[in-house]
Amino acid sequence: MSEPAVTEPTTGPITVFLVDDHGLFRAGVRAELERGAAGDPPIEVAGEAGSVDEAVAGIGHLKPEVVLLDVHMPDGGGAAVLARVRPVQPEVVFLALSVSDAAEDVIAVIRAGARGYVTKTISARELGDAVRRVRAGDAVFSPRLAGFVLDAFSDRPGAAPAVDPELDLLTRRERDVLRLLARGYAYKEIAGELFISVKTVETHVSSVLRKTQLSNRYELSRWASDRRLV
Amino acid sequence: MTSPATRAAPLARRRSGRLLAGVAGGVADHLGIDVLWVRVAFVVLAAANGAGVIAYGLLWVFVRQEAADVTRQVSVKERQQAMGLAALGLGIGLAGAALQNQVVGWIVGPLGVAALGAAVVWREADEAQRRRWTSGARSGFLGGGRMALLRVGAGGVFVAAGITVFLLGNLDLGQLQFGVLAVLATLVGVAVLTVPWWVRLARDFGEERRQRIVTAERAEIAAHLHDSVLQTLALIQKQSHDPREVQRLARGQERELRNWLYGPSGYGRGGRPAPPGETLASALQAAAAEVEDTYAITVNPVIVGDHPLGDTDGDLRALVLAAREAMVNAAKHAGVDEVSVYAEVETGADEEEDPVRTEVHVFVRDRGKGFDPDAVPEDRHGLADSVHGRMGRHGGKVRLRSTPGEGTEVHLEMTIEAQREDA
Repeated sequence: MSEPAVTEPTTGPITVFLVDDHGLFRAGVRAELERGAAGDPPIEVAGEAGSVDEAVAGIGHLKPEVVLLDVHMPDGGGAAVLARVRPVQPEVVFLALSVSDAAEDVIAVIRAGARGYVTKTISARELGDAVRRVRAGDAVFSPRLAGFVLDAFSDRPGAAPAVDPELDLLTRRERDVLRLLARGYAYKEIAGELFISVKTVETHVSSVLRKTQLSNRYELSRWASDRRLV
Repeated sequence: MTSPATRAAPLARRRSGRLLAGVAGGVADHLGIDVLWVRVAFVVLAAANGAGVIAYGLLWVFVRQEAADVTRQVSVKERQQAMGLAALGLGIGLAGAALQNQVVGWIVGPLGVAALGAAVVWREADEAQRRRWTSGARSGFLGGGRMALLRVGAGGVFVAAGITVFLLGNLDLGQLQFGVLAVLATLVGVAVLTVPWWVRLARDFGEERRQRIVTAERAEIAAHLHDSVLQTLALIQKQSHDPREVQRLARGQERELRNWLYGPSGYGRGGRPAPPGETLASALQAAAAEVEDTYAITVNPVIVGDHPLGDTDGDLRALVLAAREAMVNAAKHAGVDEVSVYAEVETGADEEEDPVRTEVHVFVRDRGKGFDPDAVPEDRHGLADSVHGRMGRHGGKVRLRSTPGEGTEVHLEMTIEAQREDA
C-alpha cells in the first residue's frame, strides 16, 4: 500500500463527503461537522450520497479529501464504494462510520482500505478529530477495533504459526499502544504513559493498520470473509 | 441477454421462442452463447450412441421452466434451422442405434413410438404449467380445453401402442416371462407418462417449504420488533420529560438489539448455537449491562480473549464482582456518562509449562472528577472493601490511579493456574 502521508498544511477547510443511505443521519452529521468546535480547523461537507453509484459519481466529481462511509448499505455497502473508488482516486481517504461494531464489519472495511473505523454514537467533537486525523495520514482506531486487532494477533496456544513475521506479528511496542487504545486512552495520554512522542504513537498505529490490512492471519481473513468482502 | 456485468442466468428452459421444450434455448441463455451452437452440439452428441437425445430428454425432465414470461422474436429462418437440426439429431440417433444390431428393434420400432408419445404428453404438461402461471390459478394437471385433452390422449395412445407392439414382438417368451414383462412395461409406461406430474409435485413441495420458512422468519422478526423495540419507543415517548430515563431506555434497547443481531447466537449469525456455559467475557458484559441500566450511563466493554467460568471458579467470579464494583463507583462518583472497560485474558503460550498460567487484567476507566486516593473519606467503603478486600482474599492485585480533574483508572489483575487437560 502506498502511504498517503501528505501532511502539508492545508489552506481552507477540510472537504468531506458523506455516504449513508439514511438521509436523516446525513443531515445530522453535516450539521455537527459544520458547526464544529471553537478553535478547531473548520470542516466543510462538500457533498453527500445515499447509494453506492451516487457515491462513486459524487466522489469522482467533487474530489473530497475525506469520505465518511457507512458500512451497511443496499447494493454492496461501504466495501463496494472502496473497491470502486480506490483504484481511480488513491488520494481520497476513507473513514468508516457504522452502527455495527461486529468484528466482521469492522475488519472487512479496514481490509478493504478504510483508514479508520468509528461507531455512529461517537460525539461530534471526536468525529471532527477523527476526520482531521485520517486527513493527516494517520489511522483512527476505536477501542473496540483495537480490541479486535489485539485478539486477531494474539498468540493463543494452537494458533497457526506466522507465515510472514513482518506482517503477521505485532511488535511489543505496537501491542502496548493498542492495549492503551483499547482502554480508551487518547493519543496524547498514550504518549505520556509510554514516554514517547505523539508522532511515535501515530507511527505505531499506522503500522498496525498496515498489518491489519495486509496480514494473512487466519482470524483476519475469516472475519473479513464472513461478510464476503475479501 | 447476458452482458458481462450481470451474472449468468440460472439454467431454465425457455418458455417462448422454443421448438420442442426450450432446452437448447435455456442452455444457450445460461452459457451466454448462440442457441444454434447448442443445437448443433446436441446433434453431434446424438451421433455418440444417441447421447444427445438422452441428454435432451433428461434436461427436459429435470430443468424447470423459466418463471418470467419473456417474449422472444424467432425468425422463420431460425425456426427452420432448428427443425432441420432436430430431425437430423433424431435421425443420427436412430441411425447410430440401428448400427448396433442388438437394440435396433427396440429403439427404431415400438419404443421409439412410445418415446414420441411421452414427448407429446410432457410438452402438454409444460403448456399446462405455463397456463397455471399466467392465470395464477391452481388448475389441475391438465386443463386448457379440448385440444389439450386430445393431445394428451394421443400421446397416451402412442405410449400404450408402442409398449403393446414391443410386447407382441416378444411373444415367443414363455407365459410367465410374458406376464412379468407386461406388468413391468405397463408400470414403465405409467411412470413415463406421469413424470411431469411427479417433478411438479416435488417442486411444489420444496417451494411450499421455502415459503413456510420465510413466513416463520418474518413472524419472528415482527415479534421481536414488537416485544422490544416498539415497547421501548412507547416508553421513551411517555418518559420524554426525563432525559436520563430516555437515555437509559435507549441504551438498554440498543444493547439488546445489538446482541440479537451480532451476539454470539444472534440473528445475524444465522442462529448459530451460543458457546456453551458462562464465560468471563459474558459475565463482564452482563455486569456492564447491569451498571448501565441501574445508573443510566454508557459502559463500553472491550474484551480480548476469554476464559470459561465454571461454578467453582471463585477467583474469577470475585474478579467480575470487583470489576462491577469499580464500574458502580465510577458511575456514582465520577460524574461522567461514559465508562470504559477493557479486559484481557492472556494464556501462557508455552506448551511445556504445567500448570497453565492465565493472566487476567481488567481496567475500568473514567474521565471524571478523580480524587486523591490518600484522602478518601472514612465513610466511603466501596473501593476499600469491595474491590481491595475482594481481590486480596482471592490472590489478586489492585492498582488505582486517580488524578483530581482527570479521572480514575482501576486496574485489577489476577493469575489463575489450571492443570493442562490433555496432559
